[in-house]
Amino acid sequence: MITAAVQEREHYLNASYGIKSWLLTKDHKRIGLLYLATITFFFFLGGAFATLIRVELLTPQGDLVSSETYNKLFTMHGVAMVFFFLIPAIPATLGNFFLPMMIGARDLAFPRINLLSWYLLVLGGLLSLYAMLAGGVDTGWTFYTPYSTSYSNTWVIATALGIFVAGFSSILTGLNFIVTVHRMRAPGMTWFRLPLFVWSTYATSVIQVLGTPVLAVTIILLFCERVFHLGIFDPTRGGDPVLFQHLFWFYSHPAVYIMVLPAMGVISELVSVYSRKPVFGYHFVAFASVAIAVLGFLVWGHHLFVSTQSLYAGLVFSFLSYFVAIPSAIKVFNWTATLYKGSISYATPMLYAFGFIGLFTIGGLTGLFVAALGFDVHVTDTYFVVAHFHYIMVGGTIMAYLGGLHYWWPKMTGRMYPEGWAKLSALVIFLGFNLTFFPQFVLGYLGMPRRYHVYPPEFQVLHVLSTAGASVLAVGYVIPMIYFIWSLRYGKVAGANPWNATGLEWQTASPPPAHNFDQSPVVTHEAYDYSTVLGEVEVG
Amino acid sequence: MGELRLLPEQASTIAPEVDHLLYFLLVVSVFFTVAIFGAIFYFAVRYRRRSEQELPNPVHGGLTLEILWSVIPFGLTMVMFTWGASIYFTEARPPGDALSLYVVGKQWMWKLEHLEGQREINELHVPLGRAVKLTMTSEDVIHSFFIPAFRIKQDVLPGKYSTIWFKPTKPGRYHLFCAEYCGARHSGMIGWIHVMEPQEYQNWLTGGAAEGTLASSGEKLFEGLACNNCHHADSSGRCPTLVGLFGKTVQLAGGGMVKADEAYIRESILQPQAKVVAGFQPIMPTFQGLVTEEDVLRLVEYIKSLGAKAAPEGTPTPGGVPAPKR
Ligand code: HEC
Ligand SMILES: [Cu+2]
Ligand SMILES: [Cu+2]
Repeated sequence: MITAAVQEREHYLNASYGIKSWLLTKDHKRIGLLYLATITFFFFLGGAFATLIRVELLTPQGDLVSSETYNKLFTMHGVAMVFFFLIPAIPATLGNFFLPMMIGARDLAFPRINLLSWYLLVLGGLLSLYAMLAGGVDTGWTFYTPYSTSYSNTWVIATALGIFVAGFSSILTGLNFIVTVHRMRAPGMTWFRLPLFVWSTYATSVIQVLGTPVLAVTIILLFCERVFHLGIFDPTRGGDPVLFQHLFWFYSHPAVYIMVLPAMGVISELVSVYSRKPVFGYHFVAFASVAIAVLGFLVWGHHLFVSTQSLYAGLVFSFLSYFVAIPSAIKVFNWTATLYKGSISYATPMLYAFGFIGLFTIGGLTGLFVAALGFDVHVTDTYFVVAHFHYIMVGGTIMAYLGGLHYWWPKMTGRMYPEGWAKLSALVIFLGFNLTFFPQFVLGYLGMPRRYHVYPPEFQVLHVLSTAGASVLAVGYVIPMIYFIWSLRYGKVAGANPWNATGLEWQTASPPPAHNFDQSPVVTHEAYDYSTVLGEVEVG
Repeated sequence: MGELRLLPEQASTIAPEVDHLLYFLLVVSVFFTVAIFGAIFYFAVRYRRRSEQELPNPVHGGLTLEILWSVIPFGLTMVMFTWGASIYFTEARPPGDALSLYVVGKQWMWKLEHLEGQREINELHVPLGRAVKLTMTSEDVIHSFFIPAFRIKQDVLPGKYSTIWFKPTKPGRYHLFCAEYCGARHSGMIGWIHVMEPQEYQNWLTGGAAEGTLASSGEKLFEGLACNNCHHADSSGRCPTLVGLFGKTVQLAGGGMVKADEAYIRESILQPQAKVVAGFQPIMPTFQGLVTEEDVLRLVEYIKSLGAKAAPEGTPTPGGVPAPKR
């Protein structure tokens, strides 16, 4: 029996048993799975909030929930999704599991710190969850002052502290990855032989380490202001509310790249494997990640074009924002060029990669719209911006995350997911996504402000379309949840390298042994050299 | 369900400019989206995997291509940047002859004040074809003044004046929204902008039961708060005269200069110690907490009217046109 064979061999899942063997594990792979469970919970929690929001917006009046509740719903949707799903999603699950394997290491540099990071995320998550259950918070995930410091009487402090704690999880993960990539590469694994996922995760880690402390400081200031009324942000005490916006976006704009850079890394892997070609312009794609990480720190002021920031500051931030567009464009072009004369498979992860490139292109291009000063004045704080960042976060990051999850699932579990269902749900998600968010571009340009519980009736048609799309999207997200669990038991046994991929993670058994590799790998080739896994060369 | 529109009404001089930029952005985006989608689709079909063992020849990249697809998009983005910036500059610079109005936002309403003394709540009447400049502040949290049909928006902050201007080009009734989340009834902080034919607007102005101009109620406050005990028509005594102050450059104690605009006068009343006039002692008490933002606006308007020698004491000028200041 095949199943019996899988169970006999020792691997990271059956090396030890019991709750304790999980809660005290130092194995990066198990910690990756702990993260997977945690963020899946927050994803569906954030999704539940989104569902209620979309149902409320079916009609112009506020008939499902009160304004107070509605405001809490969009706030908690943002908090759950941004801080407890999107930011940890790819680095902490797929990165944790595969970054060490991809560079031929047995674990991360600091396995105990890695476990601590997970506990910090859980602790932060519980704090914020407690705030949500105790009464919720209504400031918007952006916590703008002086509303958050002097006016809101909801659970601001508990929520913000949850985010504060989770921030340390992010910092420690970043630190761990940086040290690991520097110190633990297998012999022969030079920087320019690294898979591009490692490059982009590395760049992300740098942002996590440099940016997140600013968020921590901002939350401390928010705390001091709210509790001790120091007068940092409160104008009646001589403070400046706009200062908060600067501090907040100094972290939160780079955080966009914490969410999207690892996604780009996943796409580089997928596009290469499923077209059996090295990524076109490898060096450009690698350096584009670094460029995005650096430039991402210089553009925060584009969120403040109507906040009484000076005219010339606006000019500089708009100008610099266009610089970030270039490395992103370079990536899209290089992925597309990789397909040229490839051997293209339509496996599910590749469908997600196609979806990502398409949706990220639209998200990125509309980024050019909102970076244009005069244009942004009209659309900022409207649904146009909501649509734009959902194209990047949901259309980009979540598509890549799901693509990566399907791609690596056989390695993580030793089982294949059901291909037919997977293709179907990828299609459902793509269609549902566009139906949900495309109408929001139109809504925004028409003038529909964001965070509106009730709205003028002329916007209803577009809102109904969006809600219809959201229902389709929800179905699309539930299907994989079901078949992934199903596949754990009933999925086809995968084998070590079902995709004929070149990464080191595929050169060991599925699921991998607890120490990853039976013999320490030695790297002699550049990344994505498919002749090493496919033998004789055929001209394609 | 209402009718389905794709673009909002164009009702100000800025609106068509923003729409033209939109068209340019759309053309560029549609071009790139079609090119990328098309290329992916074509490659995916043309180079689909035909056998499991197929191994294509590796292609590693091309410098010329990389340069081309960096430089061309960069050029295009610089057009977008320049275009967007030029609209932004227009939006930031109200024409000199603009009609002046005041806005005070508070949870959850807009209070709008005409110089002639008309006060409106969540409604604003303005004449067609005349530039209107709003000086805005908030009594509590941050709000944002947004008129989609005019394509303009500006945050309204507590403790600060911000300005916005527009020139309506089409009579009608347009949405006014608060665009910055401000608490429970944020979505109820909406109103209407009524653009009227100039004659109609005149009738509306004179028809309303205003209790004197903004400046004249400011004058009453000036006396009621005993500002006139210290500030006289001439700089006699220990206090500077406020006559002719508005628009003047003020020398500050400890060096430095500041232009006496609305924000400066507001600050002088609420935080007199922040900027002390050269040659005077910081003996002016703060009026923070004693006056509302609307009171401050009246005082500011009164002090502005003191500058205009031709129209002493802020006499309303015919046609709702404030006498030229400075
Ligand atoms: C106790 C006397 C006193 C009272 C009462 C007083 N002020 Fe003043 N004010 C001063 C003095 C002295 C200065 C100059 C020093 C300074 O800048 O603080 C001044 C400065 C000013 C200035 C700046 C003038 C400039 O030349 O730059 C303004 C505007 C002003 N006051 C308005 C008011 C208003 C409005 C009130 C009533 C609400 C008021 N003041 C009440 C004493 C007073
Ligand atoms: Cu940003
Ligand atoms: Cu509001």
